[in-house]
Amino acid sequence: MSAAILPMRRDGAQPPPQLSIRGLGVVYRGRKGDVRALGGVDLTIREGEFVAVLGPSGCGKSTLLRIVSGLIAPSEGEVMLDGVPVRGPQPSVGIVFQQPTLLPWKTVIDNVLVPIRAQGKPTGPMRDRALELLRLAGLEAFSESYPHELSGGMQQRVGIVRGLIHDPKLLLMDEPFSALDAMTRERMAGELQAIWMETRKAVLFITHSIQEAVMLADRIVVLSDRPGRVVEVLEVDLPRPRLADVVASPRFAEITAHLRAFFQVDGPLRGARR
Amino acid sequence: MNERLLNWLSPVLTFAVFLGLWHWVAAAGMVPAYLIPAPAAVGRAIFTVYREGTIWPHLFATGTEMLLGFAVGSAVAMVAAAIVAEFRAVERCVYPYIVALQSMPKVALAPLLIVWFGFGLASKIVLVALICFFPVFVNVLTGLRATRPDLIDLYRAFGSSRWRIFWDVRLPSAAGAVFAGLQVALVMALLGAVVGEFVAAQEGLGSLIQASSLNFEVPVMFACILTLAAMGAIANTIVRFVQRRVVFWEGAGGRGGTVVKGEG
Ligand SMILES: Nc1ncnc2c1ncn2[C@@H]1O[C@H](COP(=O)(O)OP(=O)(O)OP(=O)(O)O)[C@@H](O)[C@H]1O
Ligand SMILES: [Mg+2]
Repeated sequence: MSAAILPMRRDGAQPPPQLSIRGLGVVYRGRKGDVRALGGVDLTIREGEFVAVLGPSGCGKSTLLRIVSGLIAPSEGEVMLDGVPVRGPQPSVGIVFQQPTLLPWKTVIDNVLVPIRAQGKPTGPMRDRALELLRLAGLEAFSESYPHELSGGMQQRVGIVRGLIHDPKLLLMDEPFSALDAMTRERMAGELQAIWMETRKAVLFITHSIQEAVMLADRIVVLSDRPGRVVEVLEVDLPRPRLADVVASPRFAEITAHLRAFFQVDGPLRGARR
Repeated sequence: MNERLLNWLSPVLTFAVFLGLWHWVAAAGMVPAYLIPAPAAVGRAIFTVYREGTIWPHLFATGTEMLLGFAVGSAVAMVAAAIVAEFRAVERCVYPYIVALQSMPKVALAPLLIVWFGFGLASKIVLVALICFFPVFVNVLTGLRATRPDLIDLYRAFGSSRWRIFWDVRLPSAAGAVFAGLQVALVMALLGAVVGEFVAAQEGLGSLIQASSLNFEVPVMFACILTLAAMGAIANTIVRFVQRRVVFWEGAGGRGGTVVKGEG
């Protein structure tokens, strides 16, 4: 593992917040009236922390991610990255989309280098790092292949590698495994955990899956139905690495049961709806 | 018998049957030979016009009109489509007119263009360019607009300039549609060149067909028509070949290009 891929971890002292969101509200203005997607979200991610955001469909999870990446502006509230307010695109953030979102005319390695190219920087010096990351994801043999020559799971792994290429301090992931079948999904979660334990990025991980959240996250934030608000924050104290058998542990069952209660038909989330 | 051989042999068989029928109709004397000459007579005519070289200057003239007109019309159409796709203000100002002009039959302009640009090459090139413009313009515009927004967001999230997004994302996205437009335009280009020559010309296959028609030289007309068909087929094959090379990711499990036909 090369040193460039492993940022130094400041151990001991409480790390400063990487991302801090205060009173974030978003209203989409549409032809058929306004849609309030987020209604006052507070959220903090510390350096190197893995935070999962869990919420029902349409509650504004993707919106949250688009705000943090600077693609859209908030209607109210403030988002601070590394202590600086977010205004416009944030090249220092890595993004993994719900779909692989690869350019079909570029090879795997050139796709991985897109964040460098998109910033208008020379890609040459980053090729070794790209190959190193592809090796980490088990894709080194496919660096010169085209996306249509890969399986869906491999494409999604390329998407994850691309999110890491410019060594972002914060990685945003929008349901990165939702397009995959259950088996691949489980394996990918394991691989993501391994990559994360090596790189120790701060991660904002959006998901529909309670199991996935418990498996991966240090902390889980539960959002309510639209407009999304934080209804629960839960520390996950399971030891790492969390292997497949952690699912069978009583603590895992306890946490998932607690979370599942939020999504039941007459659970607290439905009560939060107006 | 294997599949490939069958795919090859079947159309050849159709052609043989067709030739046989044609020969039989001509030989049976059902139609006078000056209306439908026998296939052998047509073959002889083709052989003669090529060997004696009488067809070459005409072929060359029509080919030049077609290719130059196609190149000019397509190039202008691509640039225009890119500008209209990138700038809303331009789109608002010119798009309604382009749509209106698109449904006008461009060949109706041929006599006017001849008045303006003379009997020579220039008037044909302008006509062909005009005819090629619309199918290319419409396809390129559609292709540029159909660019996946998630790919654009990916670049935007890293603060990419609009220029870079155009070259890196929009243009390659539209490549399939660009070629679809070029394919249509190429066929229209040949049509435009021939129609232009029908109206008034010094040389060209169209003018040769017309002259032969006045002299009842039906075999020569057939020779010209078959030559035109071959030119169209060859040009189309070349475009398809280049397309497969350039837009290699489509048709290989990728998303197909948008095909919009534009009328001439
Ligand atoms: N561009 C837009 N214009 C108008 N409304 C929008 C727009 N994007 C999203 N919305 C609305 O905002 C709400 C939140 O959308 P968002 O995509 O953030 O949900 P989500 O939590 O990511 O859902 P899912 O889990 O299904 O992906 C939805 O109700 C949606 O209809
Ligand atoms: Mg979403």
